[in-house]
Formats: sequence, C-alpha cells, structure tokens
Amino acid sequence: MTMPFYVSPEQLMKDRADFARKGIARGRSVVVLGYDRGIAFVAENPSRALHKVSEIYDRIAFAAAGKYNEFENLRVAGVRYADLRGYSYDRSDVTARGLANAYAQTLGTVFTQESKPYEVEIVVAEVGETVDQDQIYRLTYDGSVADEQGFIAMGGAGEQITAGLQERWRPGMNLGDALVLAVELLRQDPAGGPSRTLTATQLEVAVLDRARPRRTFRRLVGPLLEALLSTEDPTTDVPADDDPTPGRHDTLTGEGAPADRPVDPHDPDPS
Amino acid sequence: MSLSSGGGAGRLPAAFMTTGSSSFTEFIGAHSPELLPSRRPLPVGGMFEAPHGTTIVSLTYDGGIVMAGDRRATMGNLIANRDLDKVFAADAYSAVGIAGTAGLAIEIVKLFQVELEHYEKIEGTLLSLEGKANRLATMIRANLPMAMQGLSVVPMFAGFDLPTMGGRIFSYDVSGGCYEEHDHHSVGSGSLFARGAMKKLWRPGLDLAAAIRVAVEALYDAADDDSATGGPDLSRRIWPTLAVVDVEGLQFLDDDALASVVEQIVADRRGNPGGAR
Repeated sequence: MTMPFYVSPEQLMKDRADFARKGIARGRSVVVLGYDRGIAFVAENPSRALHKVSEIYDRIAFAAAGKYNEFENLRVAGVRYADLRGYSYDRSDVTARGLANAYAQTLGTVFTQESKPYEVEIVVAEVGETVDQDQIYRLTYDGSVADEQGFIAMGGAGEQITAGLQERWRPGMNLGDALVLAVELLRQDPAGGPSRTLTATQLEVAVLDRARPRRTFRRLVGPLLEALLSTEDPTTDVPADDDPTPGRHDTLTGEGAPADRPVDPHDPDPS
Repeated sequence: MSLSSGGGAGRLPAAFMTTGSSSFTEFIGAHSPELLPSRRPLPVGGMFEAPHGTTIVSLTYDGGIVMAGDRRATMGNLIANRDLDKVFAADAYSAVGIAGTAGLAIEIVKLFQVELEHYEKIEGTLLSLEGKANRLATMIRANLPMAMQGLSVVPMFAGFDLPTMGGRIFSYDVSGGCYEEHDHHSVGSGSLFARGAMKKLWRPGLDLAAAIRVAVEALYDAADDDSATGGPDLSRRIWPTLAVVDVEGLQFLDDDALASVVEQIVADRRGNPGGAR
C-alpha cells in the first residue's frame, strides 16, 4: 500500500495555477479594447465556426482565451444566466457585473474543488450609454476578477500586448485606429522575432456598438473589416444599418447594397 | 430565481453547465420549473374569469405575410382592456398572435421569444420556420392541463421562410396540434366573421397596401358581429396592431399609416355597413 504524500496547500494551489497558466499561454491572444462608440474584440482565430468572442445579451459580450471546450461551456452558462435573468426580471436587469460574479464563483469553485482547474481566461464586457459606463471585467482560472479600465489583453502574448496597450491606447480612439493598434500588437512575436502578418481572414473581430438599439453585438468580416484595418481607407466606424442580406443580422460585411451604393449592372451576383 | 443550489456558494448550478441543449425551455424546466407556465400546480376548484384576447387575422401577400389583431381583452361581459397588443414579434422573421387567456398567452409568447433568441445565441444560427412553429406547438401542448381548466391559449404563428422566400402561416389547436394554413387564417372569438371576410377579399398576389386593407377590414367585420372583438375606436384613436413580415424582417405598421387605413374603411362603410361591392 502506498502512502499519499503530504502536499502543502500553498504547493497545491501553486501547481494548479502553473498548470492553468501553461494551458492558457499555449493559446493565441485576444484583445478587448474600448473605442469612442463602443467596445471592440479582436482575436487571432482562423476558424469561422469556433468563436472566441460571442454575444451574451443585449449589451454584454464574452471573449475567452484558453481551452475551447471549457470556455464554450462557460459561454453557454453565461447565455443561460443572462436569458434567465432577463426572463424573470427585465432585459435592463441583466448586467455584466452580475455575470462576472457568477463566473468568478464558478471558476473559483472549480479551481479549488475539482481535479483540474479550467485553463481559461475570460472577459465579460458591457457597453454603457456613455464611455464612462462601459464595464470590462477580466476573470482568471482561479476565479479572481478585475474591473479593468479601457483595455485587456489575454492569452499567450498577453503581457507584451498589455504593455503595448498601456503605451499606445488612448480613450476616445475611433474603431479603425483601435483595430489597427490591436492587430499590430497581436502580430508581434513575444520572443522578439519579426512581426507576423495577420490578414482579416485570420482574425475574429466583433464590437458592442453603443449606438445600436437592443442587441448591440456585431461581428465584423469581409470588406468592412479590411477597410477598417487599412490605414489608407477612410472607414473608421461600423455602418449604422445592418447588412441587407436576409438571415441573421449579427454580422456586418460591408457587402450588399446600402441604399447609396451604386449597383453594378454587369455584376452577375450583386448580393 | 435561485443561483445558490450548486456545490460552492454562488457557483452557477449544474443545470447551467450541462451540455447539449440549446432550448431555454428545457433549461428552465431543469433549473427552475416554477417559471414555466405549464409546470405550475393546477388550481383546485371551479372556473374563474380571466381576461380573454379575441381576434387575430393573418394573410399572405406577394412579399410575405401580414398579421393583425384587435386591441380588446374581455372578461365576461366587461371590457378588461382596450389597448392590449396581441400581435408580437417572435423574432426578426416571424410574428405570433394570441387568442385565449391573455395573461397565460402573453407569458407563453414571452417564453417563446426568449426560446428563439436563446437558440440563436447558442447555436449561432436561426431556427427554421417549421422549427419555430414546432417549438410553439410544444409549448401549447404542455398547456393542455390548463386548457382543460378553462385557461386555453390558441396562438397563430406566421413568418417569412428564407429558403422558399415566401410567407407561411401556422395555426394551432388547444391540444398543441400545428397546422400549416394557406393564404389566410384567423383565430379567436371573431374569427368566423373575419375568415368569411377574408375569403371574399383575399386574392393571390395581393400587394402590401391591399393586404393591410384586407386584414383591417376582416377585423372590422369581426368586430361588427362579435361583441368581444374591438372595432375601430376613432375617438380614442386606438388602431389594430399590425405586423408585416417580409424579406427584410418584421415591422409593425405605425399609427399614422394605420389611422389612414382605418379611417378610409370607416368612410367606405358609411351607408354600406357590410362592405358590399
């Protein structure tokens, strides 16, 4: 019969924390940053289907770095939490603070009581009526929660990106500038090598747009994202109208025909 | 709602973390069944009177569907409410109208709206129109015990079907049967008269303006013969609720547009109360 070794609580927690940190550091980074008309989320994620950034409720979104199956589980729990609250009280009673608390308790319990901690780091952000009312919460694997001002970077290169944001992020930046900054920092090699190239198709970008009524979360893809990321293009914000294409209106592509855009009669597929 | 029934204090309970279901109804059925209209213990004893909603009409036109409802709720011989909205947006591409016990019906609609949005957020895609119609049927079916106590809810569901690019209408019975209707349909106490009117007024390929007029005229005829259906109330300026669902989504017609339609119908019926033409 083998005797179990005594492990001090300090050592146990440290081992668990190291384990979780290593898991998160393997993942690609995610940047969340405020801009003048909302909150932007930028993740390096070539997948169109497995999202790192998602809608939770009208003015609340979720971003995560780390293990997909674990943060997906938390995302679904968050949507359930928000919808249940909105259903039993009112849509205006669903807040990021409440959700961040529920996540913190959950992560904290998993960290201390289950056989393995979650290897995730998440952000819960809520866009307010004004910039001052924006809320961005960062939650780590052990359930600690921090209320951040303006920006957060997490994942593998989180620390370098945070340092870059501290230096260059300014309150009241427009969306175009904020996205260019985020992508520039994501491109940096944490080991100090030359920067990689990141095109619009390798990025998952979304915003909580302060000006939209009710559901404010929109994904940005295609020509619109390219225009926002280009320093030559004059586009600096998302259009006020959703895409005219029928279907789910959660994605802005810049394609289709906003009323003022001329339609090319020779284009075989104008949609 | 309680959030404290899990392992650690304040931790999200197990039902929140269960994988596999994208249905809000299934989730609250597991977590807090008392919030489901169909899971409450049934009251013992006789019937009582609760406000009832009355007539809803829906018809297809060349761009989609129109759904309209009068604004009255009645309780026995009394008018319980004169400006109740009984036509709701279920989601961006569908509308639901309700007849029957108003309180229960509105609760079911609210649950149905959350159900659709919840699915959309979890799955990242819209439910098909049949999928939505079937979800509503499940909710009505679950309400059968209440219906047997006199608290019946009969909805009508209509929306724009993106794959076929056309409007479709679904009707229900109290036992949860879901039937696809063609061209037009009506539910509620005044539905017999509204249906008769639509039979005579509806044409294939109606344009939107004509379809709006047919819907409002059918409600006018329902109110003419059914005391529980509210007619045009020109002095209070209360107009029917009218939703249009087309390829661009759902929109409610604004009061000014409705006022001119209703005023025109009232003027045309002066001296010609049956609207003979």
